[in-house]
Amino acid sequence: MTRAVAQFAAILATALFIFSLHWMNDPKTARHGVVAGVSGMLVAVLATWFQPEIVHHGWIVLAIVAGFIVGVPLSRVPLTAVPQRTALSHAFGGLAAGLVGTAEYYLWVGKGPELLTPFRMSAIVAEVILGFLTFTGSLMAAGKLQEVRWIPQRPVTYPGQNFVNIGILGVAVVLGVLVVLQPTAVWSGRAFSGIVGLAVLFGVLLIIPIGGADMPTVISILNSYAGLSAVAMGFVLDNKLLVTAGALDGSSGLILSIIMCRAMNRSFMNVLFGAFGQVQAATAVGEQKEWKQETIEGAAQLLEQASLVVIIPGYGMAVAQAQHKVRELYDQLTKRGIAVKFAIHPVAGRMPGHMNVLLAEANIPYTALVEMDEINPEMPQCDVALVIGANDVVNPAARYAKHTPIYGMPIIDADKAKTVLAIKRSKNPGFAGIDNELYVQDNTWMLFGDAKAVLGDLVKQFGSGGLH
Amino acid sequence: MTEATTTTAAVDYWSMVFVLVLATFIGLGVIRRVSRLLYTPLMSLTNAISAIAVVGSLVVTGAEYPTTIRVLGAVALFASMTNIVSGFLITDRMLKMFKKQ
Repeated sequence: MTRAVAQFAAILATALFIFSLHWMNDPKTARHGVVAGVSGMLVAVLATWFQPEIVHHGWIVLAIVAGFIVGVPLSRVPLTAVPQRTALSHAFGGLAAGLVGTAEYYLWVGKGPELLTPFRMSAIVAEVILGFLTFTGSLMAAGKLQEVRWIPQRPVTYPGQNFVNIGILGVAVVLGVLVVLQPTAVWSGRAFSGIVGLAVLFGVLLIIPIGGADMPTVISILNSYAGLSAVAMGFVLDNKLLVTAGALDGSSGLILSIIMCRAMNRSFMNVLFGAFGQVQAATAVGEQKEWKQETIEGAAQLLEQASLVVIIPGYGMAVAQAQHKVRELYDQLTKRGIAVKFAIHPVAGRMPGHMNVLLAEANIPYTALVEMDEINPEMPQCDVALVIGANDVVNPAARYAKHTPIYGMPIIDADKAKTVLAIKRSKNPGFAGIDNELYVQDNTWMLFGDAKAVLGDLVKQFGSGGLH
Repeated sequence: MTEATTTTAAVDYWSMVFVLVLATFIGLGVIRRVSRLLYTPLMSLTNAISAIAVVGSLVVTGAEYPTTIRVLGAVALFASMTNIVSGFLITDRMLKMFKKQ
């Protein structure tokens, strides 16, 4: 009887999860998705908890309470910290899968070695490798995003790096094959620990050569791994709900990774093993042109005379926490009847959709957020393109400069606007280390400074009545 | 839900693979239609959903197993629970912010 209930609960939870994701297709229905997801999870947890083999409840309650104590504050982080929170939760997901895989292995070795069929043992090995590499890889990614001091932000590379990384993964897989063939030999336990150790090490080494601009892709790939490790756990435990939910997560991570890679014109392999930002771009393009700086007053005047302003936000806006000032500027402009649109590049920021969330937080209606492909045909009609802390995603060099790592990457055509205003923290080149010729174009005017401060000054210009 | 721990090795693996393939196709179809505005909340939502690993951790923690094994399970259960709680809460918090006007 309880088995039948459990089977039914699994089907119900799967259906709820599918609906949960389905409702994410529109911001209007998206919040139903959370309700469906929570219900599915509740059904799954309760149905499992009431299974007869669960006899100890104390630790379960304890772990659940601890999960709430840590989880609630983690859900209240500032939105600029969402990328690291996401990476951290991938780490937790990987850890859970790795630990359950380890527990099941030692359990079965002790109790019923005959249950360790090659298929199940392979699934355990896959679960443990995926789980632990996701665990440490995601921790590293979270550390880089949080700018933890002892984790280098810039890609760290050394000769033979890919050889070492693939070698470590290769050894782990070979040990895995040996354990699958001989799950209960004298050396198997040690080999299994070896797999765990190598997976932990591989996760760290995999992320070391990856820099901040690649984080949207890397987070998506780790998302996919976290899902796959849940699938592997489903195979180990013969639990179809784990397989379906894990597959939903895995395919989500896969699609996001593909979109991110396409938006950078790069392949998976290139992101993981290419060490972006290492290609030395000090090879200055052509003759050195000078920046032209604009005053706040001048910039405000340019904006006031425009009829269409396109704002192009980038990671610099997130770093400066400037989204609320952006909103004030948006209000000032729309009040004057100026059309304001936001051009969102898929990889702007540090994770997929990062800019949208920040702007939504500042109460900018989502109807004003326009994707790259839709805004580009409109750019020649745009009077002022206001670039806020974005760099590589508006660099025209991506169209033709074959020697640069951003070559072929689709960009927002800011350079086609009638005038470009660019707010930039410093005169250093962007993440990819390439000079941005947008900034030295004839119709481009620079505003140097912290995005929040510059926008604040601009808003003051509008507010003070100096303009009308 | 987890029969593996009690039943024999005779698991119908092909039906598991079958489920995986179908679920992946459904996943790809559904995710492809997700609004591009919502990729960040999508990621935290799928994060919470993939914390379904909680059902595996529950069994390992709560069944009549050696203490060391149950400790591993409890840590895994804690990690999954954290993801469930923070994942759903932050997804809802972000989605609340998306307004038309």
